[in-house]
Amino acid sequence: MVAASEKAKRIEVADLRLSYGGREVVRGISFDVYANEILAIIGPAQSGKSSLLRALNRTLDFVPGAMVRGTIQIDGEDIARVRDVEALRRRVGMVAPLPVGLPLTVYDNVAFAPRMSGVRKRAEVDEIVERCLRRAALWDEVKDRLDLLGTRLSGGQQQRLTIARALSHDPEILCLDEFSIAIDPVTTMRIEDVLRELRSQLTILLVTNLTQQARRLSDRTMFLLEGEIIEIDRTDIVFSDKPANRMTYEYVHGVFG
Amino acid sequence: MARGRGELALERGIELLIRLCGVSAILFVFGIFFFVFREGAGLLWSGRFSILEFFGSIEWYPTSQSRVRYGALALITGTFSVTVLAMLLAVPFGIGTAIYLSEFCGARRKETLKIVVELLAAIPSVVWGFIGLTIMNSLIIRLFGAPIGLNVLNGAMLLALMSVPIIVSIGEDALKAVPDGYREAALALGATRWQLVYRVLLPAARNGLLAAVLLGVGRAVGETMAVLMATGHSIRMPTSLLDPVRTLTATIAAELGEAPVGSDHYQVLFLVGVLLFTITFIVNMCAVRIVRGKRGRG
Repeated sequence: MVAASEKAKRIEVADLRLSYGGREVVRGISFDVYANEILAIIGPAQSGKSSLLRALNRTLDFVPGAMVRGTIQIDGEDIARVRDVEALRRRVGMVAPLPVGLPLTVYDNVAFAPRMSGVRKRAEVDEIVERCLRRAALWDEVKDRLDLLGTRLSGGQQQRLTIARALSHDPEILCLDEFSIAIDPVTTMRIEDVLRELRSQLTILLVTNLTQQARRLSDRTMFLLEGEIIEIDRTDIVFSDKPANRMTYEYVHGVFG
Repeated sequence: MARGRGELALERGIELLIRLCGVSAILFVFGIFFFVFREGAGLLWSGRFSILEFFGSIEWYPTSQSRVRYGALALITGTFSVTVLAMLLAVPFGIGTAIYLSEFCGARRKETLKIVVELLAAIPSVVWGFIGLTIMNSLIIRLFGAPIGLNVLNGAMLLALMSVPIIVSIGEDALKAVPDGYREAALALGATRWQLVYRVLLPAARNGLLAAVLLGVGRAVGETMAVLMATGHSIRMPTSLLDPVRTLTATIAAELGEAPVGSDHYQVLFLVGVLLFTITFIVNMCAVRIVRGKRGRG
């Protein structure tokens, strides 16, 4: 943790509790995320990983019965007090487990967020669309068919399209929720390369069920189990033979989970 | 695991039954068209009927002693004017209510509102006609100073009230069928809830919403009793919203009982029925075309 703590804190989570209608899914967790790191969040199903991401961009607001206690600060600002929630959501890019192509063309999918935030000039939108598609390593495959419906692309292309879309509003933080669940290994590798390159510009939160993916990609890894942090440390330590917690060792080595 | 012979036969039987159900729907539609057409077709070739007059003249004198005339233009105009005005009133309200129910209102209020809307759909059309005859009639006379309150506006308002429940419930289903992933994705991209509605949900639910509107149109075109009672039932070309009109459906309802079976008058009323059938058919065909055309673009 020594090397990491020298960096600026981008997200600070303090005693966060999330519950749905009284059922607590995240039970008082505290951790920090530093600028320009990839933090992997691993853990079996139902351990609160996805809820955590949804709290981060406040889309949890729309879930009936969802309750948030504790604080999440992004760049020192408590997100519960943010007035302009839409602007907050634009600061956090979100990639869902299954690629959700909006029922729009490739171009319009990427142009959606910039237009929502008031970018009107065609040339400006063009520039954003090309830049984001290039950053998501999709440009060369779709540049000649930007007016194809996004949903007509292959699964792997669609997932890269959602990444391009998540980058289109120039976020400081990129959250990926099990992005590789529906795509082939080759495409997964390509996207992982994309993420390694993006690290220099962004902070990345990577929720994944694939422990090996966390090992390949992340700087630090957090192990969540039933809504509690079992361990958070440098990835090489978490995946070593002697992590701080016995359960971490058992999970990452496939004893349970 | 091998399946028994009986089980296999049962499977075949059920398959056949389902196929029969599907085919019978088509058969019924063609059957209805055929029989309605057959009742009226004799007049078409008899020489006592002119297509030009039917569509081009407003003189509808099917029982005239001196010269019988079958000009249905005023009736067609009556149906169209009432329907179009009804849709102008019903579509914004219906779609608006559907959006509110599906996206903006809480679960408990939604239940209450849906019950109320469904109640609106359960009112028999003769009761609507009665409301038009009494309440709307005097209201229109008082508000607009019209000499008589039974007119296009009256009929259109009733039809609007009658088609709103259909538009609301089908429209709400269409919006509900849009995957939640779209909502989450759009909101995560920083869209406000209104931006979500008009940029994502309305395009995504387009087909269902169009179906909702068309079913509303179908209801309005086919409605008989309410328009018979509320539109004034006088054959003329309307020049304002406060003019009384007569519709195709009301004409059939009012005259068929008194036309001797097999007479020219009887036959021409069936031709009016064929026309109604054709109108709804064209409306549906257009809708299918629109929907397919938009899809094909992608």
